[in-house]
Amino acid sequence: MTIRLAIDRKVYAARAGAPERVLFENLSLELGDGEVCAIVGPSGIGKSSLLQIIAGLDGDFVGSITSVPQPVGYLFQTPRLLPWRTARQNLELVMFDRPERAGEWLEKVGLSGSEDVYPQRLSLGMARRVALARALAVEPKLLLLDEPFSSLDEETLRGMQDLVATHIARLRSTTLLVTHHWYEAAALAHRVITLDGSPARIVDDRRLQQARAAE
Amino acid sequence: MRAADVGGRGAWQGIASVLLLLCLWQIGAGWAESRLFPGPLTVLRSLTQEAAAGPLLYHLGITLARVGISFVIAMVIGTALGITLGRLAWLDRWLSPWLIILLNVPALVVIILTYVWLGLVETALLVAVALNKIPNVAVTLREGARALERDYAEVAQIYRFGPWTTLREVIIPQLAPYFLAAARNGLALIWKIVLVVELLGRSNGVGFQLQSYFQLFDVPRVMAYAAAFVLCVLLIELLAFTPLEHRAGQWRR
Ligand SMILES: Nc1ncnc2c1ncn2[C@@H]1O[C@H](COP(=O)(O)OP(=O)(O)OP(=O)(O)O)[C@@H](O)[C@H]1O
Ligand SMILES: [Mg+2]
Repeated sequence: MTIRLAIDRKVYAARAGAPERVLFENLSLELGDGEVCAIVGPSGIGKSSLLQIIAGLDGDFVGSITSVPQPVGYLFQTPRLLPWRTARQNLELVMFDRPERAGEWLEKVGLSGSEDVYPQRLSLGMARRVALARALAVEPKLLLLDEPFSSLDEETLRGMQDLVATHIARLRSTTLLVTHHWYEAAALAHRVITLDGSPARIVDDRRLQQARAAE
Repeated sequence: MRAADVGGRGAWQGIASVLLLLCLWQIGAGWAESRLFPGPLTVLRSLTQEAAAGPLLYHLGITLARVGISFVIAMVIGTALGITLGRLAWLDRWLSPWLIILLNVPALVVIILTYVWLGLVETALLVAVALNKIPNVAVTLREGARALERDYAEVAQIYRFGPWTTLREVIIPQLAPYFLAAARNGLALIWKIVLVVELLGRSNGVGFQLQSYFQLFDVPRVMAYAAAFVLCVLLIELLAFTPLEHRAGQWRR
């Protein structure tokens, strides 16, 4: 299922002192089935906002979007684990058909031993890995990753990258990956989109030649 | 006063300070040597007498039942109202002046009018107490409903929790602290109001008894009823609120 997004205009209204912000104008994007696309661009340009729109969480724009394949796995920029549920329970909640596999997922992201820890007592990097496990564990048809590897050390980062690569290859999930690092884009993506300007436009859209590591 | 401060794990200071208060009271009463200022031992004697042979347990039971029923009514209606107002801004704009008025009408006025309109009956008592309490609960829960995090609602939407799981896993945990605060303040308020309502229009219950002994100037018995009442409050604190709060907050850092 191809995803077609056409934003004629996306505005954040002026509010409590903050002036009106025209975020996107005439931005369109087409994502093929199973395509892995990285989005790069300066901080504050609207990358996270774009993911919110594609996820269907923000319908407040002029334009159109085709329905997106389900289930969706979304790693938000902040972990957004339910703080009153332990790491394991957070995973069980999204894997309601086979909650017993939550433990395996925690192992995959290197967190066996932290199953019964509440999110506020996890470090940021640990919480982000639980959130990554949550996004992958639903076996997403559409996977949205908002800077998935920030706050990780080199070695853990490579492990997580491999994990993501393996799973998107297996599930053939259409994937959008927001990142600030070209090497991350190169390691995972078929295509890299660059956002720039105000209102933001796609200033560069290129396909990467080399196949991904996991394929 | 939090129960944890009185009897919680290792909180010996709480127990010691209560004992100290009792000692000071006993010494003061010894000095005064007055029928109108009995010491704790005298009060304890009246208390056991009233409990064993007298009607204390009957009246205490009736009052507790009234507290319980009106508490449940006020919490249910107040919570529903508060959450609705917190989520529906237009309705809130219409009803929030009413809430402010209800919050500030003196309890006594509400009690008198309810008795006048409904008669000196049990229903009137429950309505009067609940009416005094509902606006407080509603205002607290409205705050809670406004503070619901959009972030978690979005998680529920993305991962397709469905309405029931969303309620149980996302909404109730966020409202729980507000609910507990409303319940605790609510119980404190209801304890106080129920006695007044009993005194004004019922012929049983602790409030009624207090009035009778007041007319006889029987201070030890007045204090015995008060002490029985305070003991009940402490028990509810220790057995209900402290464990609930502990459970609701154990995920915090
Ligand atoms: N809910 C909101 N209301 C108003 N303005 C917003 C809102 N969310 C984001 N913005 C504004 O939109 C712009 C883009 O924000 P966004 O979070 O999408 O940036 P980003 O590209 O993800 O940045 P970063 O790389 O720092 O995460 C910012 O200028 C921000 O101030
Ligand atoms: Mg962002």
